[in-house]
Amino acid sequence: MPRVPPALKLDRVVRRYGEREALAGVSLELAQGQTLGVLGSNGAGKTTLLRLLATLLSPHAGGVEVLGASLPSQAWAVRGRIGLLAHEPLLYRELTARENLTFHARLHGVGPRRVEEVLEAVGMTMRAAEPVRTLSRGMVQRVAVARAVLHDPELLLLDEPRANLDPAAAELVEPLIGAESGRTRVIVSHDPRGGVAEADLVLGLRGGRTALLAPAEQVRQEDVMELYR
Amino acid sequence: MSVQPARRLDGEPDNRPHGSPGEPHAGPGGPTGPGGEPARGPRHPKTPPRLPAVVMALLRKELLVELRTLESVPGMALFSLSTFVVFHFALNRSSVEGDLAAGILLVTLLFAGMLGINRLFVADEEQGGFDALLLAPVDRSAMLIAKAAAMTIYLVVLEIVAVPAFGLLLLGSSLGNALPDLIGVLALVDVGLAVIGTFVAALAVKTRARDLIGPLIALPLLVPIAIGASRACAPLLSSGPHTGSGVRWLLLIGLYDLVFGLIAYAVFDFLLED
Repeated sequence: MPRVPPALKLDRVVRRYGEREALAGVSLELAQGQTLGVLGSNGAGKTTLLRLLATLLSPHAGGVEVLGASLPSQAWAVRGRIGLLAHEPLLYRELTARENLTFHARLHGVGPRRVEEVLEAVGMTMRAAEPVRTLSRGMVQRVAVARAVLHDPELLLLDEPRANLDPAAAELVEPLIGAESGRTRVIVSHDPRGGVAEADLVLGLRGGRTALLAPAEQVRQEDVMELYR
Repeated sequence: MSVQPARRLDGEPDNRPHGSPGEPHAGPGGPTGPGGEPARGPRHPKTPPRLPAVVMALLRKELLVELRTLESVPGMALFSLSTFVVFHFALNRSSVEGDLAAGILLVTLLFAGMLGINRLFVADEEQGGFDALLLAPVDRSAMLIAKAAAMTIYLVVLEIVAVPAFGLLLLGSSLGNALPDLIGVLALVDVGLAVIGTFVAALAVKTRARDLIGPLIALPLLVPIAIGASRACAPLLSSGPHTGSGVRWLLLIGLYDLVFGLIAYAVFDFLLED
């Protein structure tokens, strides 16, 4: 049986902002279909890692492979296969939810029927004709979830995906971004307990360095809490 | 509700490998999930959207955002009207013509255009439009083309307001006879201003002082267009019979537009890269 390439492979990755190293020698491998939980305090390098995997940033040193493509040289090969749900919803405030999703659908070569499907899946069909600026934060997050999965990506990069969602909304988006979606996922979380529970592999970052890297079942709560001290 | 697989833009069912949570699918290359069970296969579009479709999507979005916010065109039009009023009183003469008229018209339009150029990428930078484009499997040059097309449309709307106002407030002779030729000159100016403006705006938008950097880079680059357009317009805005041919100035502007268009097309990708 041919060897299956890992979904993610990081080899001593370094990313700097000026003199400061936001990521300093991070290495890991994540198999297809697994979930990586990324934990760490503010400024630990979590968002930088996510943007790097999304091909929005380039590493200054080390190797990054995403879905078998080496970054940044083969970034073109994975664009369209990644769904990013970041802090910013990537939605134009003046456009309606439907107009925003239709715009993203056209960028990904996806048809209008899919837009209606994901709007319904996140329970936003009734509010789809309203400008995003008039929606509550929870509703904006639901539309952002719809945008992230609109093109049916293989890899989901999720930064606090359930932020601003009430329990009912969180349950609603679960089939799209939860474990049952079957996608490879990287989840940045500020919830130490929930972040570990959802992950197969846990990466703890402190000051851009790997402070913890272990299968979720081997991670102890005190190891996680240590990341925030 | 169960979420169905994506459909392609043309309405045809998407024949990409797909599956629902209950239908794991191993695509070509055979990705497998933890424990060796099949994971979801590659689902990226086999045929990414074509450039014209992406340009149209971006242009439509651009015009919709402008229609909803009215952040650029009304400001540009009001600026040009106020400038003509200021000139009307500052020059202390009943009318202008020839070189002076052409200079006033062109410089006012260039400065009004600067206001639009400064706003061109702001919504994308602040609301994630750049990231959305970078995450999509599309040619980034689509953004250059769409933005330049949108800017050209803004300039045409501006001129529909500004040129008659200029004729009423400042011009001694009637615009009637000169109008067809003037439209030709302004069309070339619009294309050049839109291409150079888009290019410079993309350069400036990532900087802190984008409102300053944009005009500082764009205005020197626009000098050849200002010279050519003024020379071509001057005979058109004279009260006497039109003398001399403006064709060579039009050719100069056209050539400059073309060269800058090609340069911008060649390097625009790199401007959007990290």
